[in-house]
Amino acid sequence: MTAATYIDVPLYRLAHSRTGDKGDISNLSVIAWRPDCYEILVDAVTESRVAEWFSARQPSRVTRYLVPSLHAMNLVLEGVLDGGVNDALNLDTHGKGLSFWLLDMPVRVPETLAATLPDIERPPTS
Amino acid sequence: MHIGCASGFSGDRTDGASAVVDTLIALGGGTLIFETLAERTLALAQLARNTDPQSGYEPLLDALVAPILQRCLDHGVRIVSNFGQANPLGAARRIAALAAEQGLRSPRIAIVAGDALTTPAQYTHLRAAFGPMFDDIDLVSANAYLGAEQIADALRAGADIVVAGRVADPSLTVGPAMAHFGWAADNWPRLGQATMAGHLLECGTQVTGGYFAIPGLKDVPGLENTGFPLCTLHEDGTFEIFKPPHTGGRVDARIAKEQLLYEVHDPARYLTPDVIADLSQAVVEEIGPDRVRVSGIDGHPRPQSLKVNVCHRGGWLAEAEISYAGIQAEARARLAGDIVRKRLNPALRLRIDLIGALSILADDDGALQNARVPGDSRDVRLRVAAAHTDRTLADTVLREVTALYCCGPAGGGGVRTALRPRLNMLSCTIDREAVPATWTFLEDIPT
Repeated sequence: MTAATYIDVPLYRLAHSRTGDKGDISNLSVIAWRPDCYEILVDAVTESRVAEWFSARQPSRVTRYLVPSLHAMNLVLEGVLDGGVNDALNLDTHGKGLSFWLLDMPVRVPETLAATLPDIERPPTS
Repeated sequence: MHIGCASGFSGDRTDGASAVVDTLIALGGGTLIFETLAERTLALAQLARNTDPQSGYEPLLDALVAPILQRCLDHGVRIVSNFGQANPLGAARRIAALAAEQGLRSPRIAIVAGDALTTPAQYTHLRAAFGPMFDDIDLVSANAYLGAEQIADALRAGADIVVAGRVADPSLTVGPAMAHFGWAADNWPRLGQATMAGHLLECGTQVTGGYFAIPGLKDVPGLENTGFPLCTLHEDGTFEIFKPPHTGGRVDARIAKEQLLYEVHDPARYLTPDVIADLSQAVVEEIGPDRVRVSGIDGHPRPQSLKVNVCHRGGWLAEAEISYAGIQAEARARLAGDIVRKRLNPALRLRIDLIGALSILADDDGALQNARVPGDSRDVRLRVAAAHTDRTLADTVLREVTALYCCGPAGGGGVRTALRPRLNMLSCTIDREAVPATWTFLEDIPT
């Protein structure tokens, strides 16, 4: 028997996500596409890993709340909106795009699982 | 009971209400809500009212209400909304005038008041919360988030239409639910459940397929005609979310889960004026085409204090853009940014974006942009933004970017500039006893 091989896949293969904001705080939901992806997310999408992934936005705190009944977690990032909707100079004052930064974060999964995960279907090019 | 929501913010589509109202009528009646207040909408409305005392309510009020007013009055569909914004009385009078213009019976319109903090005693609370700086700001508006009780009371008294200003968004749903089922204001589980029903409705199409689509990964049909959401709320506090027939969009478990957690911090403690809702054990099931059931929600006693948003004038926001295309486009845009930075007064804290290479994901300080090796994007728009209290100084941003036409890198085109007054916001809490909320029928207010 050979050891399982692991590969990195972007988070969007395992989960979908939506950004909300209140003041200078952004919340990013991370919702498993399938129940069997949830435990992988719990292990991989940790507070420290998310803080590191968003280091350019200098979050003052990252808090993770697990919601197992939804196979989901809620990540609350404080101080990442450069002051929030009325203060930031960013075009995207709400930080609506932040979940898409998160969705590119690599997550290590067994290669056998990766083959079964959803991926972007692109129209065939002729 | 059935509730439909036909607007998710001030500026949303205005043609969603008709299908929602038809669906409510087919179900035997219900309540139509419009949510039109984002965090800063109220300050903009207050500024409008300062200029014209008759205005200060939702600018699109006519477009939202006129097409469905007759059907709602004829079929007993009640309307509840925060579209009164900074002038609920003005909005109520406008709706009464619309009914008269259309030859309809005179609707019983109730007005919820008390959200605006204006008394010396209330200012003392704000001064205690913010410290001496409260006396230095150029105040535009200060409003507490009211709850559902006045809405419920007005509906119980027979209101056809309830016009509010700043009430918490889910309270637009909680009020009608309390009135319909006779729930007491301390029935925490039921208020928690109705709050999350309202939470799913309040952003309009965000629960029916808006703000969701990623082509090839999360496809949604018919987004040019997305149906606005409806909810059937049961006496046991479970509820279903669906949309009108023959509309675009989609209702499924993925979308409902995203919207359940939207703008939530701790899922076990979602704070509103009515209740602390607990969705930490929520369950979402798909029970039919474009229909989900939500259960497992609970509620805990409401907070003693209310959230307050204070808006004040925050100087000027200067924004200017110029585009570069073809070879070395990104390098030319970066060079243009460097030129502007060197020429402008260092007192201006500049944000420089390279639209087409790196913009909204970057930070105000440019850390991410500086960390990246300049790329080879070939269609890049430079954006320079700054804020300052001195209008003349802020205006120099516009002038320096405009001057790049002749003085900047090769081939810069398409300059657009804007100088806008800025509104800044502060938040605090205030004891609910300091914010007496009331409701009144329009017919009882002297003209």
